[in-house]
Amino acid sequence: MTDSPQDDLIVAAGADLPIEALKDTVPDTPPVSKWSAIWSQFRKHKGAMTGAFFLAIITLGVLLGPYLWTLDPQTLDIRAKDMRPIYTALWNAEAKTGWSHPLGTDQLGRDNLSQLIAGGRASMAVGWAAMLLSLLIGTAVGVMAGYFRKLDGPLMRLTDLFLSLPILPLLLVAVTLFRQPLRANFGPEGGMFVLIVAVVGITSWMPTARIVRGDILAIKEREFVLAARSIGTRSSLIIRRHLLPNVLSPIMVSATLGLATAIITESALSFLGVGFPSDFPTWGKMLADAVARMEDFPERVVLPGVAISLTVLGVNYLGDGLRDALDPRLRGR
Amino acid sequence: MLTFAVRRLVLSVPTLLFISFVIFMLLQLAPGDPMAQVPLTVPPEVKQKMREALGVGEPALVQYWKWLVQVFWTEPKVFIDWLTRDSFLLGWLPDTQLYQGELRVISWQTRSPVMDIVLQRIPQTLWVVGLSYVVGVLIALPIGVYSAYRQYSVFDQAGTFVTMVGFSIPPFFTGPLLIVVFSVYLGWFPSIYDTTHVVNDWDSFMVQLRQMVMPVMVLALQTTAQLSRYMRASMLDNLGQDYVRTARAKGLSEGIVVMVHVLRNSMIPVVTVIALGVPAIFGGAIITENVFKVNGIGQLLLTALFANDLPMVMTLTFIFAFLIVLFNLIADVLYGLLDPRIRYD
Repeated sequence: MTDSPQDDLIVAAGADLPIEALKDTVPDTPPVSKWSAIWSQFRKHKGAMTGAFFLAIITLGVLLGPYLWTLDPQTLDIRAKDMRPIYTALWNAEAKTGWSHPLGTDQLGRDNLSQLIAGGRASMAVGWAAMLLSLLIGTAVGVMAGYFRKLDGPLMRLTDLFLSLPILPLLLVAVTLFRQPLRANFGPEGGMFVLIVAVVGITSWMPTARIVRGDILAIKEREFVLAARSIGTRSSLIIRRHLLPNVLSPIMVSATLGLATAIITESALSFLGVGFPSDFPTWGKMLADAVARMEDFPERVVLPGVAISLTVLGVNYLGDGLRDALDPRLRGR
Repeated sequence: MLTFAVRRLVLSVPTLLFISFVIFMLLQLAPGDPMAQVPLTVPPEVKQKMREALGVGEPALVQYWKWLVQVFWTEPKVFIDWLTRDSFLLGWLPDTQLYQGELRVISWQTRSPVMDIVLQRIPQTLWVVGLSYVVGVLIALPIGVYSAYRQYSVFDQAGTFVTMVGFSIPPFFTGPLLIVVFSVYLGWFPSIYDTTHVVNDWDSFMVQLRQMVMPVMVLALQTTAQLSRYMRASMLDNLGQDYVRTARAKGLSEGIVVMVHVLRNSMIPVVTVIALGVPAIFGGAIITENVFKVNGIGQLLLTALFANDLPMVMTLTFIFAFLIVLFNLIADVLYGLLDPRIRYD
């Protein structure tokens, strides 16, 4: 009997334990990719999830709504004018309500629900297009200023200049003064769309440019950029392959803020009466038209107002959650 | 610090000139003729004379130069004359009589000097907008401080939600909403701001107060939402610093630690944000003034735009730009004065 139980014990004590201590600890969970970590952090932010949920519902509603609720928003039905929403019947039996127009009709008999859907399409389209345009300009200016040292001074002075322009007055000036020529070229709705998207995009790119420039300035000094340059990568490729993916998260955060501002700005212009033509419904225009008779028909103010506010609130919360989730210093806490 | 301020002051002159040039050229591009409303029976040569009388006969650059001279040379002379003649502060000085009847910036709507109309409108804007800003700041700072001190508490969560809502609901919705609730259903406040109202006794003061409540609250909500977020973030930054632990370790009371040590350091960025927000609230007031029918500067700009009154639009937009540049400068200087760690040179 050569192997006694004590031997085993000695071996176990002498060999196993040090190995146990020195062994590389295998993580008990498999490593997670960056995006799944971001997603798991994002999911913890209740406000952001609620905001994303509302935004998704509203977006789906305005996208699919015309197929589900097929009433034309511009059809006048003067016999069915000034109908109240169906819920008014709960406390006021005499109110003029009906299931044919669940949210009522306006003073010309246009259906409120289909107007809301059509208005949402216009507001969302303007918001997304203006946001994309301002992101494009902002990112381009930021990358140029951060990457090329010669362009930094002039481009940042330009950004400062744009920041000291009075935005809302200038927007009003541009929209009132240039609507005629654009209308002639693109039609009444198309012309206004191009004009509003262009003016909102051109006047809201500055924060994005500043943030992107700051990040590019820091990243371009890192070793992987030096390595890329040392093997002869062209500047355009460095920017596309190495720099842009690394500044994606601040760009996404400012995209959400940009969407919120663009929707509000479009509604404000419509509210002041310089937006889309009068027969083309947008949320801001519905609200503005309803203000004059809001004592009798408060729902016509409240419905589009709530739609604008919920969308913007959802977008803002989404941005808040994205900022927390995309920041590696905050993630995992 | 002084050299920095002087350098920024000098640099702001070309900035302002450039901005005014851009606005002027934008307005030049605009279609629309000031003579469009004149009857067709008026012969063309008379129309041409009328056009020249309005100052639109000359080339654009000459017009721009004349506008510059009027705004930066003639108007200050008128202002100094007014100071030494009618004003309370400097009225004891001998009348300077610098203004010798040169042409001032004339509004196409009323054919009277633009600056006179602007001066008539400024008090309304200052009362409503200025007061709302003060109210907003006074509400925002305590909310920000307390919600940072009790981070993630119920108060903080509620405060964050309310500021988010205030941030997201546009003034053209809160305004009508307040009108529906408080003037239509409850009947507490008038829905229209009466600018002709004269305050001369207690009752008329109360009327003035009641008509100011709603516009001030609409504007203050926006200010509060923005500022309390800044205040909270800034307080949170400072509450985690080492000097706070030191202050607590040496036995200072919690009130002194928070209200003196932390608050003073957190106020530095917030003060600059407050300064930067002053011109922005003038721009935002366009909508609120429109909702409550306050005939302030914002409403003046809107009516001038619709009436194609280019000199008025030009001058007002320039005033807004001037305010933005001025308060940017003030914010930068304040930042340097408040925080000795900041060196500009």
